[in-house]
Amino acid sequence: MIAIVDYKAGNLTSVRLAFEALDTEAVITSDPEVIRSAERVVFPGVGAAGAAMMHLNEMGLATVLTDVVDAGTPFLGICVGTQILFDSSEEDGGVACLGLVPGEVKRFHPPDPLCKIPQIGWNTVGFKVDHPLFDGIENGSEFYFVHSYYPAPSDASFILAETEYADACFACVVGRGNMAATQFHPERSGRIGLQLLRNFTTWDGRV
Amino acid sequence: MLTKRIIPCLDVRNRVVTKGVKFQNNVDLGDPIEMAVAYSDGGCDELVFYDITASAERRPIDIDMVSDVAKSIRIPFSVGGGISNLDDMYRVLLAGAEKVSVNSLAVRTPQIIGDGSRAFGAQCIVLGMDPVRTADTQKCPSGYEITTRGFREHTGMDALEWAKRAEDLGVGEMVVNSVDADGTREGFELNLTKLIATHVSVPVVASGGAGTCQHLSDVFKQAHADAAIVASMIHTGEFTIAQIKEELIRDDLPIRRKW
Repeated sequence: MIAIVDYKAGNLTSVRLAFEALDTEAVITSDPEVIRSAERVVFPGVGAAGAAMMHLNEMGLATVLTDVVDAGTPFLGICVGTQILFDSSEEDGGVACLGLVPGEVKRFHPPDPLCKIPQIGWNTVGFKVDHPLFDGIENGSEFYFVHSYYPAPSDASFILAETEYADACFACVVGRGNMAATQFHPERSGRIGLQLLRNFTTWDGRV
Repeated sequence: MLTKRIIPCLDVRNRVVTKGVKFQNNVDLGDPIEMAVAYSDGGCDELVFYDITASAERRPIDIDMVSDVAKSIRIPFSVGGGISNLDDMYRVLLAGAEKVSVNSLAVRTPQIIGDGSRAFGAQCIVLGMDPVRTADTQKCPSGYEITTRGFREHTGMDALEWAKRAEDLGVGEMVVNSVDADGTREGFELNLTKLIATHVSVPVVASGGAGTCQHLSDVFKQAHADAAIVASMIHTGEFTIAQIKEELIRDDLPIRRKW
């Protein structure tokens, strides 16, 4: 069973429906016990990092997430879920985050007024490593992004894939060991995104 | 590289997709779910659904349809028509829509934009607007006036001023639908699209008038649209999404190639 962590950070319906399309049992939950005992954990989120971190702390889920990552449970962050795995985010005047990935989350600075923020749409993803989550997906495929801030790991070994937008070539997939996290939305990225999620449903957490 | 999005628009009336010219003389085209799946499989980048009679009939949006769409496709889609408050927005998003689009409601009650943006995130609040050319540049200095309720009501509001205000209020994206070009298949209103796209910092979706691949190329290259709505040109079967994309790739535009 997959636990989709519900911490009041946006709408999780599309994540649940994507796993439903893969005939994989996935529950939306904020119950620490369900999350700890899940076979796999998905940590999604949209909206602002500050509010997301606040809800996570209020609901007592910050340590639960750290624990499941430490325990070796296959773990997938998505969008704002990915961003708050970092040490900190520039959003909301600066937010201390979970510190599971070294580095910070930065705001795009568009080089010209025609480069719009947020980035909304499909952008090319270049794989930096072979990773089980990328099985069956062609390097350079496009995924769906919606964000104004981007992940900037301070340790390059965490970078699994990169994308270019505005003033940045940024890490759009980060991870280490059993933890992987995407800035894009695999659940909104058509057949190719579904392939990444399918890979996650069979991933043993090893790379 | 971020690609330019091609977005089929499905106007839905009583669960049937329909298409008119300048919001009139609508003809029925087919089942919204079947069409959504076909376009999604065919390579469109996103979809837009408007429940075009919900407002006029004073009934809420068809949530069952939104749920059925969400179960059937794995690409983003937005939903508009019949949204009258935050609860309606919440129900549409919870049913699985990526974004919710407000038009007449935002004109009547501009604070809905800020309220929705704070409650659900700016990225899921889309402003739809239906500007029409006007000679009255005293009232509307940009030369475009906002209309509502499917062109039926003139508001006296300047289109560019409204776009800037909506940006300040917190919309994540704008769909600029030219009333003059809607359904004509004679090309987008490039001046209008460019005017808005160069004066706001959020993405702009051009709408109204797409009839050929050249029209799409023009609206991306000359008017700086981030995305474009297509309707009649694909609903009639004259073009497929793949054909359109091939043509735009040949024109050196960044377009999603694999789906």
